[in-house]
Amino acid sequence: MRLRPRRLITPIALVAVWEGAAQAGVLSPDKLPPPSKVAEAAWRLTLDGSLGLHLLESVERAALGLLIGGLLGLFLGAVAGLFRNGDDLVDPPVQAARMLPHLGLVPLLIIWVGIGESLKVSLVALGAFFPIYLNTYAGIRDIDERLVEAARTCGLTQLERIRHVVLPGAMPSLFLGLRLAFAAGWLSLVVGEQVNGQSGLGFMMMEARDFSQTEIVVLGLIVYASLGLLSDLALRTAERRALSWRRGLKAS
Amino acid sequence: MASRPEGVVTATGVRRVFGGTTVLDGVDLRIEKGEVVALLGESGSGKSTLLRILAGLDEEATGEFTTFGSKAVVFQEHRLLPWKRVAENVALGVRGGDAPDRTATALEEVGLAERGRAWPSELSGGQSQRVAFARALVREPDLLLLDEPFGALDALTRLKMQALFGRLRARHGFAALLVTHDVEEALLLSDRLLVLDRGRIAEEIEVDLGHPRAVDVPGFNELRRRLLALLHVPADPEE
Ligand SMILES: Nc1ncnc2c1ncn2[C@@H]1O[C@H](COP(=O)(O)OP(=O)(O)O)[C@@H](O)[C@H]1O
Ligand SMILES: [Mg+2]
Repeated sequence: MRLRPRRLITPIALVAVWEGAAQAGVLSPDKLPPPSKVAEAAWRLTLDGSLGLHLLESVERAALGLLIGGLLGLFLGAVAGLFRNGDDLVDPPVQAARMLPHLGLVPLLIIWVGIGESLKVSLVALGAFFPIYLNTYAGIRDIDERLVEAARTCGLTQLERIRHVVLPGAMPSLFLGLRLAFAAGWLSLVVGEQVNGQSGLGFMMMEARDFSQTEIVVLGLIVYASLGLLSDLALRTAERRALSWRRGLKAS
Repeated sequence: MASRPEGVVTATGVRRVFGGTTVLDGVDLRIEKGEVVALLGESGSGKSTLLRILAGLDEEATGEFTTFGSKAVVFQEHRLLPWKRVAENVALGVRGGDAPDRTATALEEVGLAERGRAWPSELSGGQSQRVAFARALVREPDLLLLDEPFGALDALTRLKMQALFGRLRARHGFAALLVTHDVEEALLLSDRLLVLDRGRIAEEIEVDLGHPRAVDVPGFNELRRRLLALLHVPADPEE
């Protein structure tokens, strides 16, 4: 996963072609402004503080939604994964609800929670919930029963077995769930922020569209993408640390 | 006062049925303190089932069975937790402040004093199985339950592990139930042999061959032939 300089060649070339095409007038500036204009807009909005403000607003929504959806998914996934009764009671409705495209719930959510902050947070929470639930559940279910048995012969109580065997064993699956949850969370945020609002990256983009400031729309897209990239990078790093025991497995 | 000394294992009439199939149909078994008993039987005869019952891992068995004192189990697969270092695996469930010392001693006894910080994935099959033995030994068991503990090892490693088992046994004096399908292994390591057939102990043979023993001690081959016949295996390769 080390960044090799050769891998930068095509992206840089593409940006250069884009810039050149825009400068030469091949691309209409109303449709797609050159990268230099996007950078200029980024600089301007950073200086006047509005980009930072919108960014903070969006990140707060995402964090809150991920926290709520993630904790709920973790809790219900653990209940369904660990206990037979929990499985019988929790899993069927969740599996059924999973089939609903959660982004399609926007109209219903608007009726339920309005068009304000709760709508955005609810959407992110819904997006994050399912991957966390499913992967917690699967991670616990896929634990090698023989390891649990061995831990039992070592005199571990049920709680200790959960702590020393089940949780660490489910960890790889949990991390996968987290990464999927982040991806779904950002996507839900983008959709949620198109609905009304007075702040946030989505608002910034909608407002710019009204004034035909295409460079700000593109800037918003790039910031969204960077957020996704950064969160994924952070998760990968955390995963490498938490799952360092797997290194031997990969090397051998 | 009991007329007989307390056995480490006493079992009478142990039965286990899996969905209509009776696998164990009244097994009687007694293991004395410090005695190594080998349990032989064809594949699927219920050896593992019996061992799991004695290990307390089977809630649905019927009959009377008690084990006396502490016990530890070694399975055919090492069953080490991949996310814990070797020493943490050995110390799993060991209580008390002297756990680190006892762990170190146990690892030293199996010849892996240096590998405490390794991950299980960094060990060979033989080394992993030695860690599994250390994990059992650290509990100072009165009874070791062994389910084909050398079965997954290559022939040379298996011989080394059998020798290690002999040394550990001489030092610690634990009793053991050694499940195996290897007749020579059973003859080399045990004081008594049991053959499990059709859900019962079909045969019981004392092994009076002295210790340490090798496959060329007098009497070894007679016993071997007798056992193979009991296990429905022709003793000599067919012409
Ligand atoms: N959990 C189980 N469910 C159903 N059948 C089982 C189970 N465990 C073992 N058996 C059956 O019991 C029989 C004895 O198995 P086992 O004790 O593993 O034999 P051995 O160890 O002697 O090879 C086999 O026929 C096996 O299919
Ligand atoms: Mg078996």
